Amino acid sequence: MGSHTVTRADLCEAVYQKVGLSRTESAELVEQVLAEISASLEGGESVKLSSFGSFVVRSKGERIGRNPKTGEEVPISPRRVMVFKPSNVLKQRINDALVEGAS
Amino acid sequence: MIKSELVQTIAERNPHLYQRDVENIVNAILDEVTEALMRGDRVELRGFGAFSVKNRPARVGRNPRTGQKVEVGEKFVPFFKTGKEMRERLNDGTDHGEDD
Repeated sequence: MGSHTVTRADLCEAVYQKVGLSRTESAELVEQVLAEISASLEGGESVKLSSFGSFVVRSKGERIGRNPKTGEEVPISPRRVMVFKPSNVLKQRINDALVEGAS
Repeated sequence: MIKSELVQTIAERNPHLYQRDVENIVNAILDEVTEALMRGDRVELRGFGAFSVKNRPARVGRNPRTGQKVEVGEKFVPFFKTGKEMRERLNDGTDHGEDD
């Protein structure tokens, strides 16, 4: 498995290399893309990126949890969570790249 | 929102760029994340979240209809963990913790 961690800086570099904007503007555009996706999710709207996957917002009602150490029951407050559902294309590409002997 | 709508919104905000440039920018970002995961690397985007790859070892499964044993090969699956700031934004600034 890889050991490197890819960050914003790597995404900016990729945009800089492939699109031909300045480094400053590449960084600015990467921020705008992430901000736009975040804003859509914050507004409760899911984001579907074909052949990559979709980000979906789910609302969870109150439920009873348990402190695993003490066994004590504690209410878990209602909340909204975001889930990433990878597309079949993404799953296939990752699996093919990493499973040994996969064709 | 779908990809073309994302591209359009960003293009409208940056009138000096062609829509095709914005399309290339969005694709460059998604390709970079995909290629990282194909190497088994982690992608960490502070405030948004982190992508990683989880390994599911080979196992012996069963056909639920016939009860017959089936070899299920090793698998690698993409995984996303929402970042703290994003979790808070979804809940009006309240951090309920990592539980989802």
